[in-house]
Amino acid sequence: MLVIGGGPAGLSATLEAASLGCEVTLVDGDLALGGQLIKQTHKFFGSKEERAGTRGFKISEILLEELENLKGRIKVHTNCTATGIYKEDGVVSCVIGEEEYFRIKPDRIVMATGAQERLLPFPNNHLPGVYGAGAVQTLMNVYGVLPGKRVLMVGAGNIGLIVSYQMIQAGVEIAGIVEAMDKVGGYWVHAAKVRRLGVPIFLRHTIKEALGNSTVTGALIQEIDDRFQPVGERKRVDADIICMAVGLTPTCELLWQAGCEMVYVPQLCGHVALRDSFMRTSLPDIWVAGDAAGIEEATAAMVEGRIAGLDAARSLEKGDKADLEKRLVELGRRLGDLRGGEVGQKICQGLACCSVQGWGV
Amino acid sequence: MELIHEHPILDFRHGKKIKFTFDDEELEGFEGEPIAAALHANGIRIYRLTPQRRQPRGFFCAIGKCSSCFLVVDGVPNVRSCITPLKAGMRIETQRDKGIIALDAE
Repeated sequence: MLVIGGGPAGLSATLEAASLGCEVTLVDGDLALGGQLIKQTHKFFGSKEERAGTRGFKISEILLEELENLKGRIKVHTNCTATGIYKEDGVVSCVIGEEEYFRIKPDRIVMATGAQERLLPFPNNHLPGVYGAGAVQTLMNVYGVLPGKRVLMVGAGNIGLIVSYQMIQAGVEIAGIVEAMDKVGGYWVHAAKVRRLGVPIFLRHTIKEALGNSTVTGALIQEIDDRFQPVGERKRVDADIICMAVGLTPTCELLWQAGCEMVYVPQLCGHVALRDSFMRTSLPDIWVAGDAAGIEEATAAMVEGRIAGLDAARSLEKGDKADLEKRLVELGRRLGDLRGGEVGQKICQGLACCSVQGWGV
Repeated sequence: MELIHEHPILDFRHGKKIKFTFDDEELEGFEGEPIAAALHANGIRIYRLTPQRRQPRGFFCAIGKCSSCFLVVDGVPNVRSCITPLKAGMRIETQRDKGIIALDAE
């Protein structure tokens, strides 16, 4: 089995498949496994079964320990990008670093390629200093590098709020948070943390321009009306970093290239593969899990990864049928529980647009 | 270097401190950490200039996807500096064009 992506979904899939006796190759583009978990310093929500109350980077450490226990069956390549998948022979090409290519022909593939950051169009958005929120987290929480001195955050969803708070913890000043909607998109608990520290949240505002000749020195922001049209004067905010937290979109290039049936689902933030309840795509040898299957959060990604890993292993006749059936039903219930709240409604609407009853395989 | 020294939750364990050059200037960084992180810690934000409009580009996505942080490492162009580990003695340069690979005959 080939698992592409070593974040929460890919690690979980790898662990389940390997524990059932599959030989798994796990490839990840980053220098270390764990995906975005390794830079999450906040405690996770969700349910106890899914390690609620544990900080994200600790969850990653737990998963990596489990991986260590199964290392005889798992081959890991980090700093390794899956660059292509070839329909005619089922070969996947990968490159370690920039030059060391190899090919692999797996029996089964789990695509756990995660997500990538969205950007807004505005003049000078190319300037060094306009950074994705995930990138800022990597700099400061993984490598201990100060991202800047004074930051304008764009987006008051959970990522914008959490990363703002984390920057304050690292000693960075937050000039403000700009949010186009008329209310904060993230959880109140995260918004309250930054408001208590005096960070202004500019609702119904957007960024109109980044300022600076060679790197960012500030930004112009402006109020917008109900139809997102600018009103009033542009205001100047001094900042050396403009941090973009305006959403993620699934990383789906390999799914397209493989020929999986895809559909655009706004609630899941982009194009996603059609899948059955075990995360199997329209191609019988390919599963999908985590943000690559639709933007959600890391806890659901771990459960989806487990389901995909178990089901892919089951298709290779691994494990005890009745036991697997029971575990898959249980994991399905846990996913349902995670999506039970108000926030889960949007996800469930999205899933209704890309879920199939079964592929008849 | 612009590093975080005190943090309420995290304890940073850096690797071995090594020397490298950026546009012939000698700098220090930590072995195995991404080149982009090492440059940023040294206050360097501009990693390349776009081939046609000569606009500056730097760090952006940090996951090897956006092409913004390409630079030239030991003569190899288009290196994704956000996911390429730093090594002692690396010769790193601002990328000023598309990245030219020498013709076979040269």
